[in-house]
Amino acid sequence: MSIISAKDLCLWYGDHQALKNINIELSDRNITALIGPSGCGKSTFLKTLNRMNDLIPGVKITGDIRYEGTDIFSNEVDVNQLRKEIGMVFQKPNPFPMSIYDNVAYGPRTHGITNRVKLDEIVEQALRDAAIWDEVKDRLKKNALGMSGGQQQRLCIARALAVQPKILLMDEPTSALDPISTSRIEELVMELKEKYTIIMVTHNMQQAVRVSDDTAFFLLGELVEFGKTDDIFSQPGDPRTEDYITGRFG
Amino acid sequence: MKKNQVLEKIIHGIFLLLGLITVGSVLLITVYLVISGIPAIREIGLIDFLFGKEWASTAAEPKYGILPFLLTSIYGTAGAILIGVPVGFMTAVYLSKMASPRVKSVMQSAVSLLAGIPSVVYGLVGMLVLVPGIRKIFHVPDGASLLAAIIVLAIMILPSIIKMSITALDAVPREYEDASLALGATPIETYFKVSVPAAKSGIAAAVVLGVGRAIGEAMAVMMVAGNVPNMPDSLFQSVRFLTTAVSSEMAYSSGLQRQALFSIALVLFLFIMLTGATLNFFLKREKE
Repeated sequence: MSIISAKDLCLWYGDHQALKNINIELSDRNITALIGPSGCGKSTFLKTLNRMNDLIPGVKITGDIRYEGTDIFSNEVDVNQLRKEIGMVFQKPNPFPMSIYDNVAYGPRTHGITNRVKLDEIVEQALRDAAIWDEVKDRLKKNALGMSGGQQQRLCIARALAVQPKILLMDEPTSALDPISTSRIEELVMELKEKYTIIMVTHNMQQAVRVSDDTAFFLLGELVEFGKTDDIFSQPGDPRTEDYITGRFG
Repeated sequence: MKKNQVLEKIIHGIFLLLGLITVGSVLLITVYLVISGIPAIREIGLIDFLFGKEWASTAAEPKYGILPFLLTSIYGTAGAILIGVPVGFMTAVYLSKMASPRVKSVMQSAVSLLAGIPSVVYGLVGMLVLVPGIRKIFHVPDGASLLAAIIVLAIMILPSIIKMSITALDAVPREYEDASLALGATPIETYFKVSVPAAKSGIAAAVVLGVGRAIGEAMAVMMVAGNVPNMPDSLFQSVRFLTTAVSSEMAYSSGLQRQALFSIALVLFLFIMLTGATLNFFLKREKE
């Protein structure tokens, strides 16, 4: 079943067309990897899904994106509610300069939860889900900027989970991390699949193979190929996909 | 080779000398103020000087209590901060985060212009507009008052507060704000819950800078505050600040009166040093 889909999606940054007629349907409780060389539009596509591109001046979007059947660009959609349901983890770990607890509690507090007991519960659950509870439970009051990069990224995942999203967008979440932190995040992502739909941009082809169920290959703003990860990597249907995954360019 | 080295040394020496002009000036002023400020305090007595409620320097039996000036300077500065900080801070948030680039550039030029207006002009406008205005609105006999000085000071400190707060707010990494928005917080929530806390040391420094400017201002407050050495019992009282206490009597003073004016300058100097130290403290914390 598809949870989010794009139809004839085009996007321009000023005069430059960054996405060209994207048509795609992404399934629920699934991990989709978006791959492609730098500048191919995969990150742009990801950021269009929670309307973070709205914030960039000069962006023009045509076509539509449907999330659970509703057009996310319609006037009736509350963009803050949309972003609550479609969470995001960024390329560079970006915890707030606050305590670990306050980082995770930020989202729920923003959405009106003030009850201390309830907040404690949410924070603990989110940190457990992000597989970082055991490492931080004794220093929840410490500043998050004192953690290692890998821990910070898992904290950011916990922070995103704390508002109970349905979809988690991840923009190259491991590109700034060392191999050990990377593998921990990959394991975590595979566990999160039970509860969340995950759409992940990655530069790392092995990561796409290891982690994802489906893969979408972008090139120069076009969606070249989309299908089961196993199929894409074993028998790509398009010669450009084959060139890319075999390392002939990119 | 040898010649080059000698030249280098000479140039090095010249630059050092030029740098020492500043350091030397500060030292000279400090030493001079301390030396010339202490005799009067010793003669009048520290307690009588600081807490004496009456200043009558030219009376047959002169009194040298500077409490009216001290309190006026403190109240005046506090009042200016109370009005100037919210206005300046909100303006900074607006300009740094919400305004379109065009509005931002126009308003920032206006702020810079405000900073460049000489204080005598502030005083003049205050005298011609504010003072009569206060007299009419509040039905008081004389509009030249503590209130007028507070309003003028509040406007005068706006540029420093706005500029410094903008610098601090602009320096907040975009990633923090993106993270907050991506969690479903509105832009306004994001600015006040993420950007402002992240910039809080810089904003605090802006406030301290405003305090420094307000305490040190002489010309404008002399023109609008009435310049009478009253205790600042009400907002509509004509009052005299520490700065204006020195400047208004210096020309015709002599003997102990003159020495007491130096003592006032010393007190003012200490006040400003204290603000400077606080400012440095905040800036240092910002860096960490």
